[in-house]
Amino acid sequence: MGKFGFSVMETRTVNFGELDNRLLGYVLENEASFLTCISCGGCTATCSAGNLIDFNVRKINLFLRRCDIESLAREIDKCMLCGKCTLVCPRDINIRNVVMLIKKGIVKFRNE
Amino acid sequence: MNKLLPEIFIWPFIIGLAYFSIIVLYRFVRWTLGLSKIDKIRIWKGLRSRKTLDSAIEAFREGLLHRKIFRTNPVLGYMHMSLAFGWFLLIVFGHFEAVAYKGSLSFPVYLPIFFRFFVDGIETYPFMHFFASLMDLLLLFVLSGVSLAYYKRFNKKLFGMKKATRLKSGDRIALTALWLIFPLRLLAESFSAGQLKNGGIITQPLGNLFSLFVPLELTTPVTWLAYSFALGFFFVSLPNSRYMHIPAEVFFIFLRNYSVRLKKRVNTYSLVQVFSCSRCGICLDTCQLNLANIHTQSVYVLKNIRNKNLTDEVLFNCLLCGKCQQVCPVGIELIDLRITQRIESTLQYNSSYSYLAGGEVKQADVVYFAGCMTHLTPSIKKSMLQIFAYSGVDYWFMDEHKAPCCGRPLMQAGQYDAAAVLIENNQQKILASGAKKLVVSCPICYKVFIEDYNLPDIKVQHHSEYLFELMQMGSLPKRLTSEKSIYHDPCELGRGSGIYDKPRKLLSNYTSLIPIMNEKEKSLCCGGSLSNIKIQMSERDIITNNALDEYLQYSPDSLITSCPLCKKTFARGNKIMVKDISEVVAASIVQKNKSNACADKKVLEQAL
Repeated sequence: MGKFGFSVMETRTVNFGELDNRLLGYVLENEASFLTCISCGGCTATCSAGNLIDFNVRKINLFLRRCDIESLAREIDKCMLCGKCTLVCPRDINIRNVVMLIKKGIVKFRNE
Repeated sequence: MNKLLPEIFIWPFIIGLAYFSIIVLYRFVRWTLGLSKIDKIRIWKGLRSRKTLDSAIEAFREGLLHRKIFRTNPVLGYMHMSLAFGWFLLIVFGHFEAVAYKGSLSFPVYLPIFFRFFVDGIETYPFMHFFASLMDLLLLFVLSGVSLAYYKRFNKKLFGMKKATRLKSGDRIALTALWLIFPLRLLAESFSAGQLKNGGIITQPLGNLFSLFVPLELTTPVTWLAYSFALGFFFVSLPNSRYMHIPAEVFFIFLRNYSVRLKKRVNTYSLVQVFSCSRCGICLDTCQLNLANIHTQSVYVLKNIRNKNLTDEVLFNCLLCGKCQQVCPVGIELIDLRITQRIESTLQYNSSYSYLAGGEVKQADVVYFAGCMTHLTPSIKKSMLQIFAYSGVDYWFMDEHKAPCCGRPLMQAGQYDAAAVLIENNQQKILASGAKKLVVSCPICYKVFIEDYNLPDIKVQHHSEYLFELMQMGSLPKRLTSEKSIYHDPCELGRGSGIYDKPRKLLSNYTSLIPIMNEKEKSLCCGGSLSNIKIQMSERDIITNNALDEYLQYSPDSLITSCPLCKKTFARGNKIMVKDISEVVAASIVQKNKSNACADKKVLEQAL
């Protein structure tokens, strides 16, 4: 790559070999419906917390899949669990369970 | 005869009874010591008040007569009553009999239990024939209950039950022992009567019959020994089986009457309630989760708490609709027990919502809080605003643009500390508005505003109550249509808050309501409840469609409810027109405005 004058920026890489994907596995195992997310954004559009502050349910999915636990922990703290996202989801994903599993999982795997 | 046999056979009974007494006493003491200081003071004060007598009467009525089970099903009630009350009478009259026999109040503890074995020559003592026959009849009474219990294993339907709880091994031992005690007692007493001629109207003829072909010399002591073992086994297995509910329930009744209440954290009063569950299984049949083949009913949760193997899958898979609590014959606070367990299990991960600070506040007479679910059903919001405008109320729409959730969904999920942050924020704003009334469109919000907010001097009303009040004041138009409707009681408003009549009285001005089987306390859950974190949407649909099908049997023109979530859930079923109570009222305003406009138009035309 060096030949072409391009390089890979550290901050823009995801090394799947080194990822701690226990949380992702835990969430998907206990709430399989989350696998069917099409990232349509309906949840984010209706979100009560998102109406008050920068909060995006789709970002949660992204951080979870990138195993960026720190960002995930910061984001998930904003959810008010009101349940509107679950009601508007066209894929009938049980998003509230996803949120609770992430909250539990973060504590669980931090301690392990 | 008596001298030949050592009294060794009484020991299984004595050991069992001693073990049982020690364990139960230990638990009572531990439970009492574990209560908060205020609760202990309540008990101390209550002990010397009328509450003690009331508790004793209630314990007699529920613990022995089982009045509430009779109401559920008479056969089931009879079975429980004959076993509990019959056994109680056997013990009481057994002691009277022993007193009459001994002529004094001092006799060994086992004498009334093994009375016929020891009594010879009953002619010489007073009332012995009377007692013998009375005891026989009482035994017959208990045996009728035991045979019903045998029969229940094969045919639950007679008892009005479709499901029974799954038994643990400890329960099995206790149950087998319990089933054996009374038949063995009948046999043993008959054998003794055959030898000593001390039986009553049932045991004596039986004894005479047995003496013809049974070697009584041998069978009598063996049967008494077996009887003693059955009693001993029952007492030993009792503390670790579901039969612990017998002493625990009595204890629970007393504590409840002394005003001891559940807290937001698990304490020994929660344990008392857990141990009071008899696993009768009445809560199983009433649960709508059965339809979706989910088995996480209250009886299993209580069992899991006792066995310390409660999982999130069981704990969080419940609609908290409250139907089980309504039918529980022991009166266990099943919803609050489950919520406290949820609070305990999520203590480590509550949110801080540090971004919440203040917010816009307006001065008004009435604060209107629509709630998150109402924002998803805008027709309710629109109707309420129409009604406010029509009746000229000075109101502030608190969550029109930006406001946090009320906190109830977090509360239901056990996130108590997180909910407290939202509650604090909303509370400050409501108080700052200077309003005297808070109107809420969502029963889920309503419950948390009533129970967990500290809003002195502010009247919190669900919009069905508020509209009823406006109607009574003559601020709303009445227009009775020919439509026939069913009113669906939302769980949080009906069983949760006890509001059944006001919405019905209000609706009677607009539509004729069809009385249905499952209404008010027995009303069905729509299946949409936010309290269930684990249920899948497909499973919710089964519950919703089942409820809708039941309503459709009455062929109503529309289904009216007063909860945005119920409306949204039923609308998803797509089977019938679903309206909120506010829409029904608002429709009459629109109609009135239209007719006014027509009248104006006519006046205008005439003038031209």
